[in-house]
Amino acid sequence: MTLITQAPVLDALEARFPGSLEVVPAVDQPTVKAPKEMLLALMDFAKQSLGMSLLVDVTAVDWFPARPRFELVYHLLNPDTMERVRVKSWCHLNEEMPSVMGIWPGADWPERETYDLFGVVFSGRGEVHRIYMPEDWEGHPLRKDYPVAGPRVD
Amino acid sequence: MAQGVKTDDLFETGLHSSLSRESMVLNLGPQHPATHGVLRVRLTLDGETVLHAEPVIGYLHTGFEKTAETHTYQQANTLTDRMDYLSPLTNNLAYVLAVEKLMGIEVPKRAQYIRVLFSELSRLGSHLVWLGTHVMDLGAMSVLFYCLRERELILDLIEQTAGVRMNPSYFRVGGLAYDLPEGFHENCQRFLDGFPKWMQSYKNLVQGNPLIEDRLKGVGRLSKEDALALSATGPILRASGVPMDLRKSDPYCFYDEFEFDVPVRTGGDSFDRFWVRMEEMEQSVRIMNQALAKIDPVGAYTTTDRKVSLPPREEIYGNMEALIHQFKLVSGGFNVPKGEVYQGVEGPKGEMGFYIVSDGGARPYRWRARTPSFYNLQTMPTMTRGGLVADVIVAIGTIDIVLGDVDK
Repeated sequence: MTLITQAPVLDALEARFPGSLEVVPAVDQPTVKAPKEMLLALMDFAKQSLGMSLLVDVTAVDWFPARPRFELVYHLLNPDTMERVRVKSWCHLNEEMPSVMGIWPGADWPERETYDLFGVVFSGRGEVHRIYMPEDWEGHPLRKDYPVAGPRVD
Repeated sequence: MAQGVKTDDLFETGLHSSLSRESMVLNLGPQHPATHGVLRVRLTLDGETVLHAEPVIGYLHTGFEKTAETHTYQQANTLTDRMDYLSPLTNNLAYVLAVEKLMGIEVPKRAQYIRVLFSELSRLGSHLVWLGTHVMDLGAMSVLFYCLRERELILDLIEQTAGVRMNPSYFRVGGLAYDLPEGFHENCQRFLDGFPKWMQSYKNLVQGNPLIEDRLKGVGRLSKEDALALSATGPILRASGVPMDLRKSDPYCFYDEFEFDVPVRTGGDSFDRFWVRMEEMEQSVRIMNQALAKIDPVGAYTTTDRKVSLPPREEIYGNMEALIHQFKLVSGGFNVPKGEVYQGVEGPKGEMGFYIVSDGGARPYRWRARTPSFYNLQTMPTMTRGGLVADVIVAIGTIDIVLGDVDK
């Protein structure tokens, strides 16, 4: 199976942010990993200069007990050329991620979902509310240390 | 009203003095027939004008993503049916294509054509339910009866093939669950031949009908920029002027071998979305006619890669190793190489995508469904701002949500 390690999108990103991105080989689309400090600059560049005007998805992966614990995954798409890129970043438990809502307002709900199910808090936007679970719910269900079955009721 | 009293005075003195002119908050749903399930919309109103419509979701949250982490890859397929239950097979398709891509499995061409055929059947069924319910929301009752009548024929075809009407899980990693049944080609062709006539009858009911046109034209307008910024996909994006259809622009399952058009409109209002979907139904039939002609009556329907596909029945009955292999595959599943993959397909409602992270085991480490209704519903506040309460009902219908898909 061939892994994608080279693409025009990756070249453009490398040229703009030399030495600070890590290209992750993937089977489906170009993938880069960037520290969260430069996430907003990278996303803004992707939208303005690379035409990635559609934010396809925002989600997270919990790598408990590894550190940093959460990996944030953004899927971007250029609707004119159909080029895709996956941007990954990471944060520790109780750390905040910068919100990309200022770049794509459509990040609103998926960020709320990520907060609700993983407990990753996003900064730079209004208060993040839960979206699926009730407001008074305790815990974040998609975390790996959250039980699959419910608590025992005796 | 008392003689000689101006309306404005009523707020200051007398009968209405307790009324304030502040905006009013009204809950629409979650139990309301026009919300197509358990959607609740928190409306902030100034009289009849909508200042803000905020969808409140989660009433049907099922935790599919969490559940899938405890299932084998083949078992998790059954969860995808239950998200957008009106179009289960396009959900299946996105999922199995994602896993196949990660594993590098080649699926026989005949199976891919059958997948195309059933995806389009699903799309047609989903659009028929949309048409019927949307028009019923607008006040025309009879269209729904005809739409459901034809959808029943689609469900019959699915039942013949997969054994069940809803949630068929017919596509499996590696191919299909079963081969086509005897007489399928004739039955399907009869349906396809009949459809243009039925389509014409829906058009006769809605085309030029003031009930439909006046309620849709200019209502729920969504600009191209807003649609893109809010991550809308599918018919909503295409009605706002972005010609993005993954079947055409990012083909999978040999869609590039089929001749069809992608209906695009530029107005971005409910009327345009209505006709984009109507035209899509005709294109679906076009694709299905070509697919049916391409499908050989006999041939491979699943990969021969024994890593994922079950041994044939006759082998299981006569060969101990085959029996053990079948048992292991069914009970333990197969391992998927470490890595991650995203695959999107054009569902009837938009881009249905799966992002799967494997740690090399037999169960997904992370199983993420990018469901189109969830993202599309985000456009509702923009669509309805400044409109009337009645337009909110139109917006719900025109976004074409399935709450199982929104809440997953």
